[in-house]
Amino acid sequence: MKTVKLKINNVEIEASEGENILNAAKKASVNIPSLCKHPDLHATGACGICIVKLKGAPNMVRACCTPVSEGMEVITHDPEIVGVRRTVLELILSAHPNECLTCGRNGTCELQRLASEFAIRRESFNPVVPDIPPDSTTNSITLEPRKCIKCGRCITVCQEKQNVWALSFLERGIDTRIAPAGVTLGESPCVRCGQCSEHCPVGAIFEFDETEKVWAALSDPELYCIAQIAPAVRVSIGEAFGYPPGTNLTGQIYDALRHLGFKAVFDTNFGADVTIMEEASEFAHRFLSAPEKLPLITTCCPSWVDFMEKFHHDMIEYFSSCKSPHSIVGTLTKTYYAQKLGIDPSKIMMVSIMPCTSKKYEITRTGNMYASGMQDVDVALTTREFIRMLQQSGIVFNDLDPETQADSPLGEYSGAGVIFGTTGGVMEAALRTASYFITGHDPESVDFKQIRGLEGIREFEFKIGGHSIRTAVAHGLGNVETLISRVRAAREEGREAPYHFIEVMACPGGCIGGGGQSWNVDDAIRKKRAEGLFSDDRSKAIRLSHRNPYIQKLYEEFLGEPLGETAQKYLHTSYQARPEYKR
Amino acid sequence: MQLTEFDKIVEAAKAKSAAFKCNLYCCYSTGCVSSGCGDVVKAVQEALVSHGCDKVVRIVKTGCMGLCSHGPLMRVEVEGQKPVLYSEIRPLVARLIIAEHIVPALSLEKGADFNVPDFLSGFVLPLDIPFFSKQMKIVLANTGHIDPELIDDYLARGGYQALKKVLTEMTPQQVVEEVLTSGLRGRGGGGYPTGLKWKNAAPSQGAEKFVICNGDEGDPGAYMDRSVLEGDPQCVIEGMLIAAYAIGATSGWFYIRTEYPLAVDRVEKAIKQARKAGFLGKNIFGTKFSFDCDIRLGAGAFVCGEETALIASIEGRRGTPHPRPPYPSQKGLWGMPSCVNNVETLANVPHILMKGGAWYASIGTPESRGTKVFALTGKVKHSGLIEVPMGMTLRTIIEEIGGGPSTGKKIKAVQTGGPSGGVIPSEFLDTPVCYDQLKKLGSIMGSGGMIVLDEDDNMVDIAAFYLDFTADESCGQCSPCRIGGRQLLELLKKVKSGKGSMDDLALIKRLSLTMKKASLCGLGQTAPNPVLSTLKYFENEYLERIKN
Amino acid sequence: MIDIAALAVKKWKGERGSLIMALHEIQNQMGYVPREATMEISSQMNVPLARIYEVLTFYNYFKLEAPGKAVISICTGTACYLKGAPALLDEFKKDLGIGVDEATSDGIFHLQCVRCLGCCGLAPVVSVNGKIYGKLKPSDIKPIIAEWREVFPAKETANAAN
Ligand SMILES: Cc1cc2nc3c(=O)[nH]c(=O)nc-3n(C[C@H](O)[C@H](O)[C@H](O)COP(=O)(O)O)c2cc1C
Ligand code: SF4
Ligand code: SF4
Ligand code: SF4
Ligand code: SF4
Ligand code: SF4
Ligand code: SF4
Ligand code: SF4
Ligand code: SF4
Ligand code: FES
Ligand code: FES
Ligand code: FES
Repeated sequence: MKTVKLKINNVEIEASEGENILNAAKKASVNIPSLCKHPDLHATGACGICIVKLKGAPNMVRACCTPVSEGMEVITHDPEIVGVRRTVLELILSAHPNECLTCGRNGTCELQRLASEFAIRRESFNPVVPDIPPDSTTNSITLEPRKCIKCGRCITVCQEKQNVWALSFLERGIDTRIAPAGVTLGESPCVRCGQCSEHCPVGAIFEFDETEKVWAALSDPELYCIAQIAPAVRVSIGEAFGYPPGTNLTGQIYDALRHLGFKAVFDTNFGADVTIMEEASEFAHRFLSAPEKLPLITTCCPSWVDFMEKFHHDMIEYFSSCKSPHSIVGTLTKTYYAQKLGIDPSKIMMVSIMPCTSKKYEITRTGNMYASGMQDVDVALTTREFIRMLQQSGIVFNDLDPETQADSPLGEYSGAGVIFGTTGGVMEAALRTASYFITGHDPESVDFKQIRGLEGIREFEFKIGGHSIRTAVAHGLGNVETLISRVRAAREEGREAPYHFIEVMACPGGCIGGGGQSWNVDDAIRKKRAEGLFSDDRSKAIRLSHRNPYIQKLYEEFLGEPLGETAQKYLHTSYQARPEYKR
Repeated sequence: MQLTEFDKIVEAAKAKSAAFKCNLYCCYSTGCVSSGCGDVVKAVQEALVSHGCDKVVRIVKTGCMGLCSHGPLMRVEVEGQKPVLYSEIRPLVARLIIAEHIVPALSLEKGADFNVPDFLSGFVLPLDIPFFSKQMKIVLANTGHIDPELIDDYLARGGYQALKKVLTEMTPQQVVEEVLTSGLRGRGGGGYPTGLKWKNAAPSQGAEKFVICNGDEGDPGAYMDRSVLEGDPQCVIEGMLIAAYAIGATSGWFYIRTEYPLAVDRVEKAIKQARKAGFLGKNIFGTKFSFDCDIRLGAGAFVCGEETALIASIEGRRGTPHPRPPYPSQKGLWGMPSCVNNVETLANVPHILMKGGAWYASIGTPESRGTKVFALTGKVKHSGLIEVPMGMTLRTIIEEIGGGPSTGKKIKAVQTGGPSGGVIPSEFLDTPVCYDQLKKLGSIMGSGGMIVLDEDDNMVDIAAFYLDFTADESCGQCSPCRIGGRQLLELLKKVKSGKGSMDDLALIKRLSLTMKKASLCGLGQTAPNPVLSTLKYFENEYLERIKN
Repeated sequence: MIDIAALAVKKWKGERGSLIMALHEIQNQMGYVPREATMEISSQMNVPLARIYEVLTFYNYFKLEAPGKAVISICTGTACYLKGAPALLDEFKKDLGIGVDEATSDGIFHLQCVRCLGCCGLAPVVSVNGKIYGKLKPSDIKPIIAEWREVFPAKETANAAN
């Protein structure tokens, strides 16, 4: 890329052409305050905080949406600029409720931080806070439009990145607000991915908080509380406790859960190994004897499932019927495990610690989520809710024991199970086992590196035995359309499907970038989180799901054959077409 | 259309209008329609038939003649006789005019002028009053003289000759040069040199390239563009064609506010007729140049006059402005290079190409060439639509053309530039109107609204009125304008109601500066102008409200 | 209603820059844009409903609910404001007993403010269902209301509503 020379506060720097002033300034060791710009998203210029002066230009310009150019001279800070920024900030605060103490973003809020940095000590303007009630109808996220600063991040994410179009800007001027089109969010196309809450700078959209429920259960002597943690949680949670992104804190999390009072701690990775057993069997079966049912499409992401049910239900026939890993752990806990230990399953309180807001919806999605005869997973908490529980509990996270083990048998996982948390991971794990199912022997190398990465759509043709397997991976729902339309076109024209196997994860990066994860994620952080999972995989002696001895035992003792009758009963689910909007 | 055909249809058009011995030009624009010109025209028609002279007398339904406050208007032109303008006509009067003026005048011999009988002279508006004589018409040259719904009328008055010249004799670069020489600046408010805009747009590459005619005109109290579109739509189409040729555009769009149904209707008809005649379509005049255009409507949003918001609106989105770069000339409508020009700007173009850039540049002042159309309203006797050469003083416009105050009270100030502009106190009335002089005084030329204020008008009220407008029209995208506009309005209302303090006044100033500096688009950046300019000249009126 | 939406779709589908035009088509026919029609446009023209609502609520001209039968538009543009529009507005409010953007309880009159009807020369100006009244004084308001009461007698509408 071409570089240009420019001056920022009289310091000469080089920056790449097209880069915005906000980023370029960092090279001159200058921080320009910003509020509406998110590194994941294109600039909208909504807040007006990042204004700077350009030599020779009559007006101030926005650093976030002005590209650098050769010879440009930028002044980022002088009394006038800071004064204007302060007044803009005061304006934003005048349209915002003073409710930090009871707010979901207290302490992590970008607006609160700016107000603190700018030392706002008085309210110059009369408040003009809108009176709009909150909306929690998805049971996954809560919208609090009064706190919205109209930065537009959620809208960009929901419309452009996710292509769901649940959220929109309605009205205009001072009445501008975020809302679905004339209905509640629960009646809208929202797929509950939580990406809006992940990107919101303030407390206007946040996870539907269910920590109270868990606290109550933990103090109920009648209940047998069990927790499981998702793969992606272990590499992101540390960000809240001062660890670099990607640090693997599996042991500390197990230990923390025990301290909180959970009687058993399982790992969703075990469920992932089960998912692979079933999904790889489905794949091998369709690949070898039912090619008309290809491509096989993965389904462990409930937002993707919901999206497909609403927008692409003609794809249902290609869907894997296998449940997601944490649902499987839930079902097995209340059947297999309960029987083994002789616990009354109705007294078990199954809590999933997930990177995901959508899992809150998934646990009651269909009748199959009650396969054990009761609700298989009782509560799904996001990483962020879990962090708050830890902070309340007095546990000093950094002092926890990294060597803590999960409970057997639902806590023992293979390397294949853990990479589920990143985009491409499900595909890779499934290919490892599918190779075995198709050829009868394990793959020479377990690394299917060609399908890793963060590009929105990745395709690769793998050679397995004498077979050629065409795979595609998409993450971020906005990238799905391309793949699906290729499949659809081939079907309409009677051609062979362009792919044999497709993995879709709703969130950018997969679950490591999930809607319930620690805030301020960008691609650099996603990469580190993903690397944390891959290195966990590499450190495992067993890296193939079907080689996990506890999995083998589970099938021997309880499930029988993959796709067999018992497996069908407990591990599989079904899909139905749903209207985009409830009428 | 081939060249030879063109000459033929022009001849035919001229012959057609020459066939009539008498033309009755009846204003049929929004103002006069509201005043009842429909009934008048019907009465005229019936009277002509009953007098048996409907074959030699033609009724021409024209665009706005500019004096709507005196409508309905009808100008009588009998071959060889001085024209007579009747005002405030009722159907009964119309019948009298036919019987007592037209019929006798038709039988008068050549060279003799008809004397209007006394009982009709009360309705006559002398055509030599300053309202008419001080004006200079380029943009409005045809308005009031042609039926805008008939392309033949336009052709008979020299229409499409400029296009012919451009397509057959000039290269696109030469056209740009000619417009550069003319010194024409955008009439939509920004005043950016049109030739320069075209020069920048010409090299942009894209699968398509667009010319967009900005007919949004949301400024309350301004209706210049509407009158041009209603009165001479073919001229704007011709201007658009020339612009397209100059920059290499492939198609064009008219963006017109939906509140202008008559303008929309006229442009629609004009496009159809131009297409039928071959001025729009493939290989125009047998050259390689092909071009067509269509109309898209606004839906009640002032901010859609801003070009990036306008583009968003055509694309079917909310009309929120887009930060620049990219400029529309690089990435505009549907991502293609686009050039947005105001209606009045385009209407100047055929005249410039016909008579030459140097001719145009000889009119007006060195920085502001040519003429400007204004909507003169407020407390003046003759409120209406006028066109004057740049550099005429405000005093000439208000006192001579406008006929002075209508209320008998003293004129206090004149507001120009609408909600983005400011007030100019009466002591500066000798200022010539041109972009730079008005800016020096803290106002702007804007698109051409000119509102005369008298002693009854309070400046705090005026500022609050404009802020109410801009706050209401803010797109809501950026916080300095969305919240700032509302807070500024609240503060002004507080002062207006006598509850304000000196602290509020200081806050008004601080907030105005912040909006100017930190707003994303021109709306928010200029919204405080009415406040700042009234404060500059009439701070005492603020202080009075605060003291009481 | 769906017919009207279908007609709008037929006319505008496939055209460029057609969403706002199609919505105009519906509002011209019905006086407002009902939700069913937006749903139809959304699915037929392949535009997300959210986008349609973004647009409908952004532009002042579009209405999501049926207005009264006689829509009174008071011009509050600059010229009319200076020449007494506020007094006209007060008179209408008083006589009809409603505020701006409200309809009378019988659903006949609907009061709204607009920016410049383009008849500034006749300021102050009011339009009722497109008919323009110029150079008004507050005393002209009662006769205008009476004129439109005759066009839409209260009883007849009540019957029609039943
Ligand atoms: C808030 C706002 C409203 C505007 N409204 C109009 C308008 O109604 N008509 C117009 O021609 N230009 C309007 N403009 C200016 C246009 O953005 C643009 O500069 C103009 O159409 C360019 O044409 P010109 O160079 O021929 O003037 C507006 C600008 C702003 C910031
Ligand atoms: S969103 Fe931020 S500033 Fe607003 S109440 Fe919550 S913590 Fe405070
Ligand atoms: S920051 Fe201030 S207002 Fe907030 S809790 Fe502490 S003392 Fe109270
Ligand atoms: S949860 Fe996802 S789909 Fe729902 S509103 Fe947020 S971003 Fe859109
Ligand atoms: S909800 Fe949050 S992300 Fe969305 S616009 Fe408001 S502040 Fe921005
Ligand atoms: S899909 Fe994501 S959240 Fe669900 S079990 Fe897998 S890793 Fe966990
Ligand atoms: S990608 Fe993972 S975190 Fe995101 S919605 Fe799907 S399962 Fe949840
Ligand atoms: S300045 Fe006002 S109109 Fe312009 S983008 Fe900002 S909010 Fe919208
Ligand atoms: S604009 Fe004025 S002068 Fe022209 S028609 Fe309207 S009221 Fe008359
Ligand atoms: S960060 Fe640039 S405008 Fe908000
Ligand atoms: S409308 Fe007739 S003079 Fe303007
Ligand atoms: S201001 Fe009322 S018609 Fe223009």
